[in-house]
This record gives sequence, structure tokens and C-alpha cells, in this order.
Amino acid sequence: MTRPPDGPSPLLLDMRDIQKRFAGIPALVDASLSVRSGEVHALIGQNGAGKSTLIKVLTGYHRKDAGQVLFEGKPFEVHSPHQAQVNGISTIYQEINLVPLRSVTENICLGREKRRYGLLDWNAMHAEAERLLSRFSIGIDVRRPLGELNTATQQMVAIARAIGFSARLVIMDEPTSSLDEREVGVLFSVIRQLKAEGVSVIFVSHKLDELYEVCDQVTIMRDGRTVRSAAMEEIGKLELVAAMLGRDVAAVEGHATAFGERDRSRIGDMMFSARRLRAGQAVRDVSFDLRRGEIAGFAGLLGAGRTETARLVFGADRANAGEMTMEGAAYNPERPADAIVAGMGFCTEDRKSEGIVPEMTVAENLTLALLPKISRNGVLDESRQREVVERFIRELGIKCSGPNQKVRELSGGNQQKVLLARWLAMNPKLLILDEPTRGIDVGAKGEIQRLIRGLADQGLGVLMISSELEEVIEGADRIFVLRDGVSVTELEAEAANEEKVLTAMAHGISASSEAAT
Amino acid sequence: MTELPRSYADRDAVARSFDLFGFLSRYGTVIALVLLVAFNLAFTRNFATMQTLNVNLTQVCTIVIVAVGMTLVIATGGIDLSVGSLMAISGALAPMIFMGKILPIGSIYLSVAAAMIVSVSVAGLLGLFNGWLVARFRIQPIVATLVLFIAGRGIAQVMTNGNLQTFRVPEFQWIGLARPLDIPAQVIIMAVIVAAAAWALKKTLFGRCILAVGGNERASELAGIAVSKIKLAVYGISGLCAGLAGLIVIAINSSSDANLVGLGMELDAIAAVAVGGTLLSGGKATIVGSLLGALTIQLVRFTLLANGVPDAAALVVKAGIIALAVWLQQQHRG
Repeated sequence: MTRPPDGPSPLLLDMRDIQKRFAGIPALVDASLSVRSGEVHALIGQNGAGKSTLIKVLTGYHRKDAGQVLFEGKPFEVHSPHQAQVNGISTIYQEINLVPLRSVTENICLGREKRRYGLLDWNAMHAEAERLLSRFSIGIDVRRPLGELNTATQQMVAIARAIGFSARLVIMDEPTSSLDEREVGVLFSVIRQLKAEGVSVIFVSHKLDELYEVCDQVTIMRDGRTVRSAAMEEIGKLELVAAMLGRDVAAVEGHATAFGERDRSRIGDMMFSARRLRAGQAVRDVSFDLRRGEIAGFAGLLGAGRTETARLVFGADRANAGEMTMEGAAYNPERPADAIVAGMGFCTEDRKSEGIVPEMTVAENLTLALLPKISRNGVLDESRQREVVERFIRELGIKCSGPNQKVRELSGGNQQKVLLARWLAMNPKLLILDEPTRGIDVGAKGEIQRLIRGLADQGLGVLMISSELEEVIEGADRIFVLRDGVSVTELEAEAANEEKVLTAMAHGISASSEAAT
Repeated sequence: MTELPRSYADRDAVARSFDLFGFLSRYGTVIALVLLVAFNLAFTRNFATMQTLNVNLTQVCTIVIVAVGMTLVIATGGIDLSVGSLMAISGALAPMIFMGKILPIGSIYLSVAAAMIVSVSVAGLLGLFNGWLVARFRIQPIVATLVLFIAGRGIAQVMTNGNLQTFRVPEFQWIGLARPLDIPAQVIIMAVIVAAAAWALKKTLFGRCILAVGGNERASELAGIAVSKIKLAVYGISGLCAGLAGLIVIAINSSSDANLVGLGMELDAIAAVAVGGTLLSGGKATIVGSLLGALTIQLVRFTLLANGVPDAAALVVKAGIIALAVWLQQQHRG
């Protein structure tokens, strides 16, 4: 056992001078990561900093080119995530990688089924699953198919599964990105419990507040290197961001978001309104409106009906009741194509499954909605396509090797820019942005926020859904708070603050007098 | 600052570091074809003759034509099992028309034209029916097209009362027997169809939409692409291709047997598409690949037969090649 003289608990994991190249391109140059027993360790960095690669080296997904990994003081070399799991390192990915059609029990026990006389012992397995889940104080029927549960609960199942492998180190890759605040609270109490039991956690997240809430130690990566490792209380938020970006502290001072100052004069006449929309259980009574040049923000917890409302507006789903008008005329989209004709665009929350076409190139993805406009008699006009694509790559600063690079090879931030460009190329009047900066590094996030404000300044109406409070409060001109499928409150931006929005989200009381017109 | 590879990019980078697989899955079919030709030049007597070329091309034509339609269907993430049965229907219907069994038409040219147009159109309409099941009711393509796979051949047999139709009508049979410029007519038809489809897939709005739908259906829908129409269209085209292939088969045979026309064709076509390098899950397709795939399978069979290996054994080899091609694809995908 390596027992450093200064540390209170022994080192559980010690990765030193890790190097890794992909086809000659360095992904990890000089990466180190040391985690003590019972420590919650934040691993942060911009997209492309090498966090994922470092974790994948540890879990045997990639093989390192050079460097040393010690786990519990012994050299650690595994060749697959499964082998890592058996040896005490479990990973919970951002996208839950379980089997949706099978029961909770089957998912938890997958790969280590209990047998009796050679047959599966279901009673024992159900009991085991219930025991593991009881820690999370959520009562669910372990016989139900996993896919019927909401994302947060599925994530709890994934964590229970990891713990079931008697993990000594649990890696969580952006575990909170699909959770609402209450669920994040539950997750954190689970993390604290793991910690109390001596299990270490590597916590990858873009949300800084969370790091301060739950982590003890932080390692910051940039360009494939470990640039700083410190105790959480020793490093300020600003310093943290500066280290990630490799900039001076002074340069990132100021606002939490990059929207910049609000200019009310750009807001024009009424463009879109929705009255008493209803669709199934998710949307029960939603009304809101949007003016030219205005950013309307939708705030609400997960499952409040924000995305579902956006889908109704865009014609991706149909409303059971309610009225919509666009530019003074009745508007009843039956399919997204109708919304597009009316001048709308929609960047979805789920980039991977509803946004990008991964096997296609940047150019093909960027022009997907524009296709009818860049073809003559059904034949694509390649020079016009190239023109449009090159213009947007330049204007939005999309980092890619060229228009013909596969879009799946791009970082999250750049994929999002491609999707934004897909709609901007259409010259829309109204743009719906569902979690436009989710899972994107700090730098790209700021760029996208500035871009959104810039678009509104040019007269575009923007409907922005975001789970990050500061994004809604600083970015939007008006905030609509949704709760359980009902638009409960409307707040003018100047009058909004975190407390008011949170109160409306939590209690649904229209606390202010600015309630819907 | 350079963007470093991450997550998905990592996976691709892994594939690149085992570059052999990437290389083989891209050029494997071409390499196999070249090796086969080389082997035959060395060991098969009378291989380098026009006759050998013509025999092989004539035999492979119908598979290639059907495989073109199949490639488009598979590119959208679907599959069409009904093509063999649609060939039987078209092959049964055409002789009934040009032999005047349905309604007598005075001019033989008119009746042949009517026979061709009607029978190919019927196959196309049945293809649209497949597409309708898939697009409107969201039935899994393999199940939706199973309907006509089973019923189609039955329909063809009922139409003909199970009888063999024989004929000698040169005005019709040119599509299987004529040789303008010493090239078999069906080879020309095949070349035109392959060229048109390859061009359409690469250069047209329709082609781009097909690949987008196969690559990410939900994203395509949200981008305003009429996903249902695209699906209807590809199944319709697959039907048309099958109908045409049915006519060529009966023209060559001078007879039409509803039990035999197009039997097993769906599997040959799917095999050609798979060996050619089209992704069976959709989103990535190559028409020329399907052509090469069909040629490879054909040449393997020819090589074995020409060297005295029985046809039954050739089937096993064919299966092996398909398995190898799909495996290579998987490796490349990581």
C-alpha cells in the first residue's frame, strides 16, 4: 500500500503520466489522477480536454501508450469495462447503458445472476435488487421493465447496479445532466453514503455548483494534461473556470452566463401565442406568447412539460386542445414540416437521438432542413451547399476538419453549433432551443449564449428551455414557469430572481402580480 | 488549440488504429473480386472469353436489378422480403396479357407494351403496399414484407391456376435475349438502372433524404423530411425493380412458372447488398457496392461450378462470404 505521509486516507487510485494517441493525434499527453479511499473526486475540463479518454483508459476501454496505473497499490491493467467492474471499478455513463425492455432486477443483476441448481434464482435476485435500491429511498417495483421508469430512476438503478458489484471506485460521467433538483439531492445523499462506506467516487460534471456541494478534491484537465489538482475548498469557482479555459481570472469575471446586457428596445410586436394547450398527461394547460426579438424562457423541473410543449409548437406531437397563432393567423401544425414552413426551427434537447445524423458529414447535417432550398428539380446544388456550409462553419466558429468530417467525430459543443446552423440557414422567425447548452463545455456554452442573444437582437423570436436557472434568468426577457404541465407563472426578466422562479417551480404559486395576461 | 478526439471520436479512432478492418470493409469486395478473377485466370480453362463474361453477367443481371431496389430500402433502415414473390406476380401477369388471355389486343407490339407496363406497375403498386404498411402502421419491415413474401407467390399461382405458361414472342423476349452491339439487352438495362440509382443516391434530394431517414429517422422528421413518403417511395421502387427482373427471367426462359420465378431472390439480393458494404441498419449505402457484391457472389458460384464443385457446396461458400462481410462491417463499426 502506498501511504503518503500527508494524507489522511490511503491512495486508492494513482494514475501517473498517462499518454494516449489516436491515429497519431495525442489525446492524453501527461495526465495524472490520484484518488483516495472514501473521497469524492471531481474531474473537470472542457470538451476534448481528455477526461473521457482518461476514464476509458482506466476502465480498459482504451489501452494506454505510456504511464502507470496503481489501484490499491498494485499495478492495474484491465482490457474491458467488464473486467474493471469485476475488479472494483464501476462506471455510470451519461447515457444509461442498460437494457430498457428487461426488468429492474435483471438489469441490476446482469452479468452476475444468482443461480440455484443451475437455474436462475429469481427470488434471491429480486431481494438483492430491492436491498440495493432501498438505499435510495425510492420504492419501485423491481419486476417492472426498466424502460418504463423515468430517466432519474433509471440512473439510480444504474448506480445500484454499480454498487452491487461491490465497487470500491464508482465513476459517474455527468450523472446529473438528466436529473431535476430534487433528484440531484437524492443522488448526492447516495454519494455521501458511498463515501461514508469508504467507496471513492470520480465525479465528472460541467455544473460547478454541484462540485462544491459534493466533492472533496478536484482535478482539472486541459488539452490532454492534468493542469491542477487541489482540495475543493482551496480553489474558487473563478479560479476553477480559469484553469479549465487556460485564461486569466480577470477574463472570466462578471456574469455567470455570457448573454450580455439586455436591450429591451429590440423587442417588437407579438409573433406567436399559445392558449390553453393540452396534450395527454404531460401538457395540461399551457399558455404563453412570444414577441419578435424576444427570448422567452421556459423554466421548470424535469417532467414539467416544457419539452412536450415545445414539441406541440413544432408539430412533432399534436395537441388535444388549445389554440395557437403565428403572426396573427391560426396555426395548427400537423407535422414538423408545417412548422418549418411557418418559419420555425427546433434544436432538440437530445442531440444524439433527435438532432444529428451521426453517419453523415457536417455539411449533410447542416443542410438537412435546407435541402429543398438548395436543390433544383430534385437535384442537389452542390456549390450552393458548399457556400452555405462554409459560411456557417466560419460564422459560428464550428471546429471541424472540414465540411466532410463525420459529425459524430465532433465535440458536443460543435455538434450543437451544427444543429443551430441547420436552422439558422433556414432564416427562421422563431427558434425553439431545448437545453441549448446541455453537456457543452464552458467555452462553447458562452459562445452559444452570446449567439442566442445576437439572434434575438436581429429580430428572431427565441423560445429557450433550460434547466439551468441562471441561463433562464440572465438570458430570457420573459420567463414562463411550468409545473406539472401547467404554465403557472409569467415573470418579466427584470422582476425575476432565483427565489421567485424556484418558488413557482416548487409550489406553483403565482407569487407575483405579473401573472399571465 | 486543437480539438482532441472524444467519446464517439475515440471509438472511431480505435477503428482507425486497427486500420485493417476499416480497409477490408471498404475495399474487401473489390479485393475479393480481383482475387477471384486472378484465380480463375490461373486455374479455370477458357475463363478469359467473351462467353464467360456474358454467361456471368446474364446470370447476375436480375440479382443486381433487385439489389438496387433492396439497397435503397435497406438504406432507410428497412428490408424487403417480398421481391421474389413480386417477380413471380409480374412474371405471371405479363404473358397473360401479351398472349391475349385477359383481353385481346390486335397489335402484338401494343400488347407487349401493355404487358410490360402493367406487370411492372402492379409490382410497383404492391411495393407501395409494403411501404404503406411500414410507414403508416409502423410495422417492422421484415414482418410487413413477409405478408407479400408469403401471399405474393400464392397470388401468382392462383392467377395462372398453377400452370406453366410457355411462349415464343420475340417482340417481348428481347429484354432477355437480344444482343445489341453484342451486349445482352438485360446487361444494358442493369447498367442503366445501376447508374441512375447510384447518381440519385449521391446527387439528389431524394437520395440524401433516404440516407438521412436511415441514419436518424427522428432527426429527419424534425428537420421537415417527409419520412413516410420516402419510405413509400423506396418500397415502391423496390417493387418496380422486382417487377422488371421478373420479366427478364421469363423472357430468358421462354416460360413462366409461378412456383419458380424469383424463388430465393430476396436472399440473393440482401446478400449482394450486405457483401457490397451497405450498412444493414441503414444510413450508409452504396449502389456500386451492391453491384460488386452481386458479382462477387456470382463469380464464386461460377468458379466452384467451373472447377467441378457441386452447386450445393457452392451455397455453403456463399453463406461463408456473407458472414465474413457482415463480420467485417461489425469490426469497422466497433
